[in-house]
Amino acid sequence: MEEKKNKTSEAKLMKGNEALAEAAIRADIDGYFGYPITPQSEVLEYLEREIPKRHGLVLQAESEIASINMIYGAAGAGARVMTSSSGPGISLMQEGLSYIASAQLPCLVVNVVRGGPGLGTIQPSQGDYFQAVKGGGHGDYHLIVLAPASVQEMADFVFEGFRLAEKYRNPAMILTDGALGQMMEKVIQPEEGSLPKIKTPWATTGKTKDRDHNIITSLFIKPEEMESVNLQLQEKYRKIEKDEVRFEEIKTEDADILLVAFGLSSRICQKTVDLGREKGIKIGLLRPITLYPYPYKRLNELADQVDFMMSVEMNAGQMVEDVKLAVEGKVPVHFTGRMGGMIPSPDDVLHEIESILDNQNVLQD
Amino acid sequence: MSIERPSTLDFPPDAEGMEMVYCRPDTLTDTPFHYCPGCGHSVVHRVLMEVVEELGLQEKTIGVAPVGCSVFAYHYMNIDMQEAAHGRASAVATGIKRVLPDRYVFSYQGDGDLAAIGTAETIHTVNRGENILMVFINNGIYGMTGGQMAPTSLPGQVTTTSPYGRDVKMVGHPIRIADLLIQLPGAYYVTRQAVHNPNAVRKLKKAFEKSFQYQKEGKGTCFVEVVSNCPSGWRMTPVESIKYLEDTMFPAYPLGDLKVPEKV
Repeated sequence: MEEKKNKTSEAKLMKGNEALAEAAIRADIDGYFGYPITPQSEVLEYLEREIPKRHGLVLQAESEIASINMIYGAAGAGARVMTSSSGPGISLMQEGLSYIASAQLPCLVVNVVRGGPGLGTIQPSQGDYFQAVKGGGHGDYHLIVLAPASVQEMADFVFEGFRLAEKYRNPAMILTDGALGQMMEKVIQPEEGSLPKIKTPWATTGKTKDRDHNIITSLFIKPEEMESVNLQLQEKYRKIEKDEVRFEEIKTEDADILLVAFGLSSRICQKTVDLGREKGIKIGLLRPITLYPYPYKRLNELADQVDFMMSVEMNAGQMVEDVKLAVEGKVPVHFTGRMGGMIPSPDDVLHEIESILDNQNVLQD
Repeated sequence: MSIERPSTLDFPPDAEGMEMVYCRPDTLTDTPFHYCPGCGHSVVHRVLMEVVEELGLQEKTIGVAPVGCSVFAYHYMNIDMQEAAHGRASAVATGIKRVLPDRYVFSYQGDGDLAAIGTAETIHTVNRGENILMVFINNGIYGMTGGQMAPTSLPGQVTTTSPYGRDVKMVGHPIRIADLLIQLPGAYYVTRQAVHNPNAVRKLKKAFEKSFQYQKEGKGTCFVEVVSNCPSGWRMTPVESIKYLEDTMFPAYPLGDLKVPEKV
């Protein structure tokens, strides 16, 4: 990410959750509303500790339902606001997110994913991919979803998330996981105050004489009106899909096999790429940075080059559906992953690749 | 105070020399109320907006509409407003007030919204002493969805979902939420009013005026319950509904102040 770095700010060793919280203060948030849940309680704790000494507002709500509705109210009043949670709490926020998407309010929501379903486990997972990128709440809407793969990106994507949310008046989500939230890495924080506030003439700040009253609503009772709001949303999503797709490629130039992985899984797959190449297997990696919008086009291009693709995820195989959509049947698309808080190792992934290659050889013999 | 009127609402020309004493406030739009004949909502809307206008707070007041019959309150109230999800109005109002602390913020909710699905938000908003006005319309029924049992429906009350009358053994007694809220230190002013006659309307207006004054002083949550009617949901004429209010609703929900600021 091309975040403007504070040249004088030193690299610090920080936990992912704390790096994210610090970045939120540096992004000049007007408010954070949240509720504790493992594995991301450090975000609320950090902000409760730091914000009174610096600037902004932090409020511990009675539930995630209340948090997301406070976000709705504050965002509707023109404030830069965020919340964070993990799976069970994010599920409670889905009603509010649908309303926020419909009312077209910018805000940032962070999901530090833990293993599910249900109360699940507090260990890291990517099991909330479908919920994050396919809607989650009711109705036709999308969140803009960013997937960090390092503690540095946990900080940078706060800025990027707000920039995208405010550019499109759309809720943005950082979809990360318990490992990225808990692990410590070197991070250089974005420069404080380097994210200018947008103008919000639509916000409910008090009706002045020179304008009509501003209404923040998601209710459009006439079907013609509701359809036209939907068409407007869809037009916005097409623009986001055209202009905001972000991904990273590692050693794809000569790759015969393409791994597709986001977040923590992409860190694991980087190692698999190196292990494979030591054995003469030309593996490459495409890491989607935006999960919505998704890099369908680039994956389709790469399908003309590689023998097969494999989606590697910490879930039962969710993003693999998007990889399949992208390649349009040009090459086989495989999946490997672990679930419920378990993490695949680089060797596990390589072993999967080798067994696919062995099977192919058997067929060719 | 002098209020300038649009020409369509002016006195007829032959009224020259007469003094304007009562008119539609600028804080109401020209949109006609959609409420059923006899419904209390439009009176409460009007009284609330009269107070906003008379206190000169149109530019500084932000309202939150609920889900229910008054979901379109923002069509009538000529101030900045937000429409909240069912039950969440006080959380939305909290978000607004926290980022715009110098504005006057109110939520407007019915009984299903405030005392059933939004109970947690209601109690915790008041417990935080959120410096807002919460308006609570209690008519003991779900009006918009067609007359189902509300948390405040009375024992034995016949509704579409309690066709044999509210069975308290099955679904419990009506919840007197204002009585619960006065236990919380965050509640600064809690009162139960009505709009069934001109005297009641005047009292309600006073309660709103006080609430805005307390909000200005940063005192905490002001909670104004209005025991109102629902002729359509109650399957009554407006006149019958007034009698039902007096005979049946007020004994269950006695009018008056439940919590007033301590005298210093």
